[in-house]
Amino acid sequence: MTVKAAPSLKSRHLLGIDPLSPGEIQLILDTAEQMREIAKRPIKKVPALRGKTVVNLFLEPSTRTRFSFEVAEKRLSADTLNFSASGSSVEKGETLVDTARNLEAMEPDFIVLRHPQPGAPHMLAKVLQASIINAGDGTHEHPTQALLDALTIRLHKKTLEGLVVAIVGDLQHSRVVRSNVLLLSRMGATVRVAGPPSLVPVGMESLGCQVFYRMEEAIRGADVVMMLRIQLERQERMNFPTVREYYDLFALTPERLKLAKKDCLVMHPGPMNRGVEIDSRVADGPQSVILEQVTNGVAVRMAVLYLLAGGSGEPVTD
Amino acid sequence: MKRVLVLEAKELSRVLERMAAEILEKVPDEKKLYFVGIQTRGVPLAHRLAHLVGQKTGSPAPVGALDITLYRDDVGPWRPAHRQPVLRATQLPKPVDGQVIVLVDDVLYTGRTIRAALDTLMDYGRPQVIRLAVLVDRGHRELPIAADVVGRLVPTSRLEDVQVRLSECDGEEGVWIVKEEDR
Repeated sequence: MTVKAAPSLKSRHLLGIDPLSPGEIQLILDTAEQMREIAKRPIKKVPALRGKTVVNLFLEPSTRTRFSFEVAEKRLSADTLNFSASGSSVEKGETLVDTARNLEAMEPDFIVLRHPQPGAPHMLAKVLQASIINAGDGTHEHPTQALLDALTIRLHKKTLEGLVVAIVGDLQHSRVVRSNVLLLSRMGATVRVAGPPSLVPVGMESLGCQVFYRMEEAIRGADVVMMLRIQLERQERMNFPTVREYYDLFALTPERLKLAKKDCLVMHPGPMNRGVEIDSRVADGPQSVILEQVTNGVAVRMAVLYLLAGGSGEPVTD
Repeated sequence: MKRVLVLEAKELSRVLERMAAEILEKVPDEKKLYFVGIQTRGVPLAHRLAHLVGQKTGSPAPVGALDITLYRDDVGPWRPAHRQPVLRATQLPKPVDGQVIVLVDDVLYTGRTIRAALDTLMDYGRPQVIRLAVLVDRGHRELPIAADVVGRLVPTSRLEDVQVRLSECDGEEGVWIVKEEDR
């Protein structure tokens, strides 16, 4: 089964991985692979989105994702507006829909939304004319992160099909894991997830992955190990006794990495807690592709913006 | 599907031979020659022309591939159809600054592709000169653009389509005219 790229995206929004077909995922990854070259040019800018306006509406702290979107927008010649919660009308009690309607009165073509509430971008998509791109909604989805992870894996392993990918860490609070499991399993990879029982949500298997409570079982023979950040700001109660104990049981150390395949890739969506979920010797080691993930993030976001700019909301036949 | 053959395989290779000779006459410095094919069928044509020219000069010129999609004038707000063209690879093996670029495409029609290609190339540097070589010129220009080297002039109506098929990408070789109602 080699997935054939779809001719176009069906929706004018990117709300998650869940609504995408394998062909659409393939189209985004193929397009992103070509977008990578633009970063190596003397003039790192193409005119494809000239005259388009993008609002980056980030209502939750983010540095990497916001920067990555902004670089992608600028490389495509779009005009960008940045909006953050602190010091804005949001702090004065305005609702999300009111904020968005006010922004829409300025006629943006895209709204890139990061919001603490799952489903927030879906709600905006129902009331606004602009294309909505989900840049992370609570613990639900983070589609561009999963796409950049997939691109990074594909560039090293040629294909996603048949690979064994282990995702380890805080599964309870991670939107990255949801989008990644959906994408990787849809593209024919086997996904194993592992974490302490207190951080594994009930019904995790239903996303299409195998659940382990011991890290060693998940990473044995894996082609890729993806470590998730322990989101200390999202721990409403302590889900594990100490950071030290977490390190002892669930950190990716050089010893544990030996259980995986020799050419296993080490990934992390960032920001890393060195010495908590990942050992510095692994994070900076030869198998780490963590910084490539950041580079590929820009290419994937350029691809998504470019492809959505051609979307009408009408399904395209052929 | 009814197609009318205008250039068969053997003729096509003779036409390319003649184009190669003409290219050499029209460039200021053959040592700086650099062939750049426009995706998709300009790329194999650029390779063939570079090979033929190399046989005459004794030193093979570099060959690059250029994708003009992101510079098209029908991408963005002017685009009528609601889908974006597929991106292909741009690969330039060395910088274009100061080089004698021979831009290669299969069919010259409205001239819009060439406008986009010139803008794309300029973002990569400042070539000494750019010459345009096309296999077929079918007329109907919409922009003030002309080719320096033309393989074959094929007068067409706008209702017709010119099909260039190359063994590298199509499994057959030749140039055909296809009429709208037969498509």
